[in-house]
Amino acid sequence: MAERSALLEGLRAYRLIAGMWVRSSMTYRTSFAVTVLGNLMVTGLDFVAILLMFSQVDSLGGWSLPEIALLYGLSATSFGLADLVLGSMDVLGGRMRDGSFDTLLVRPAPVLAQIGADHFALRRLGRITQGALVLGWALVSVEVEWTAGKVLLVPLMLVSGAAIFCAFFVAGAAFQILAQDAAEVQNAFTYGGTTLLQYPPTVFGKDLVRGVTFMLPLAFVNWVPAAYVLGRPYPLALPSWTAFVSPLVAVACCALAGLAWRAGLRSYRSTGS
Amino acid sequence: MGSGRLYLTVAAGGFRRYATYRLATAAGVFTNTVFGVILVYTYLALWDEKPHLGGYDQAQAVTYVWLGQCLYATLAIQGGGAEKDLMERIRTGEIAVDLYRPADLQLWWMAGDMGRALFQMLGRGVVPFLFGALFFPMALPTAVTPWAAFVITLLLAAVVSFAIRYLAALSVFWLMDGMGVNQALMITGIFFSGMVLPLNAFPGVLGEIVRALPWAAQIQMPADVLMGETAPLGAFAFQAAWAVALLAAGRLLQSVATRRVVVQGG
Repeated sequence: MAERSALLEGLRAYRLIAGMWVRSSMTYRTSFAVTVLGNLMVTGLDFVAILLMFSQVDSLGGWSLPEIALLYGLSATSFGLADLVLGSMDVLGGRMRDGSFDTLLVRPAPVLAQIGADHFALRRLGRITQGALVLGWALVSVEVEWTAGKVLLVPLMLVSGAAIFCAFFVAGAAFQILAQDAAEVQNAFTYGGTTLLQYPPTVFGKDLVRGVTFMLPLAFVNWVPAAYVLGRPYPLALPSWTAFVSPLVAVACCALAGLAWRAGLRSYRSTGS
Repeated sequence: MGSGRLYLTVAAGGFRRYATYRLATAAGVFTNTVFGVILVYTYLALWDEKPHLGGYDQAQAVTYVWLGQCLYATLAIQGGGAEKDLMERIRTGEIAVDLYRPADLQLWWMAGDMGRALFQMLGRGVVPFLFGALFFPMALPTAVTPWAAFVITLLLAAVVSFAIRYLAALSVFWLMDGMGVNQALMITGIFFSGMVLPLNAFPGVLGEIVRALPWAAQIQMPADVLMGETAPLGAFAFQAAWAVALLAAGRLLQSVATRRVVVQGG
């Protein structure tokens, strides 16, 4: 029961802090609308790149535009969800340096909830909107014989994918406690990860695909389950049941990230000379 | 102190300031390398599908990717150079102190930004480029002349890059907040500099337009000069023309701003 109430308490703290940031951003409504639009355009540039590529070719790595759009939509939307929930974690390094992290430790609320909701930014809805638009277009454009299983797999991919990216954010935050200034390393895995997954696995070298399947299980965000939906060969010739293990992978990632966070928090030494 | 030495000192300050954050620089090197690897594979797939797209072969496309990663921070393609500090100083009113100084405002900030660019190039750009050259086939010249011409295009690229961002920063005299301008800088910088795709691979009329805009001076021109895809003198002229035009526009806007706008602060 103690675990459960701690979780509820964390969620409540998160809601309160996030609500405060939302109210503060709503003070300047025009500025808010403009930043959402800007956010949507910045993230849309990735897809413009793909469209530009397809203005020159009909397929990339053997995949058609709607198929790649499906990968893109799944990757961008699930990453967008994680980014909305925990994306502000990259300011943690700054808090380490200036010592303001100490303030969070003495407050009667879970640190992870406080850090996650810190600078909570609704403008990140821009990324989700943009990803969802591409996903919607892809879903009606791909030539797929939809079955109940395939339809169900789409929301399952989004939720599992978001959870996997959340785990990356938390693990990255734990790393920042140790590395402080090296916040950008995290970007290589989060932003780099979502960029990687926007392209089909056939594009990349086999070792890279192996790495993001077995070491950093990014492949379960979209590559593996989408291969089932599209009826394409699985990356690395994985067995067909692997299309449905994304939720389990997500749970495992979150558990590992949680352990890493606890270890990071325990090793925290405040700033000072 | 001669004015040349003054600006050299400011540039050295800009260099040292960024050189302070060693771990952050190492992290940036790692991130640029990861993104370079991802981009290389997608470009290779594209050039596999359509060889000689934009006149590049596969090795040239790979070279373009690593050059882009090398120049990303150097030329502050998505912003984050001197213009960020300048915007903040305009917003807070501290710019008044800069205007008092017996130094030229534009040259002062340009000197600082050049120092930053040089550090970002050496500290952050060279390593991903070498990594790329080591693990992927690249089209690099063996003669000295193309490299010498390349260094000149880089210098001109840095000036054009600064001139664009300086104009953007001055807009804060009227807007008071740089957030929207920064976002516009980021979008235009990434798209029109050819970070998403080399500008010579853009289709049709869109391609012709983007190759004529000042952002083409940033990555496309140095890349084409290095790989012998364009005559160096033509590239220099293109870059220099944009540099002069943009710096002159910056000067004009600066004089309007300092004469007509009331500086913030009590």
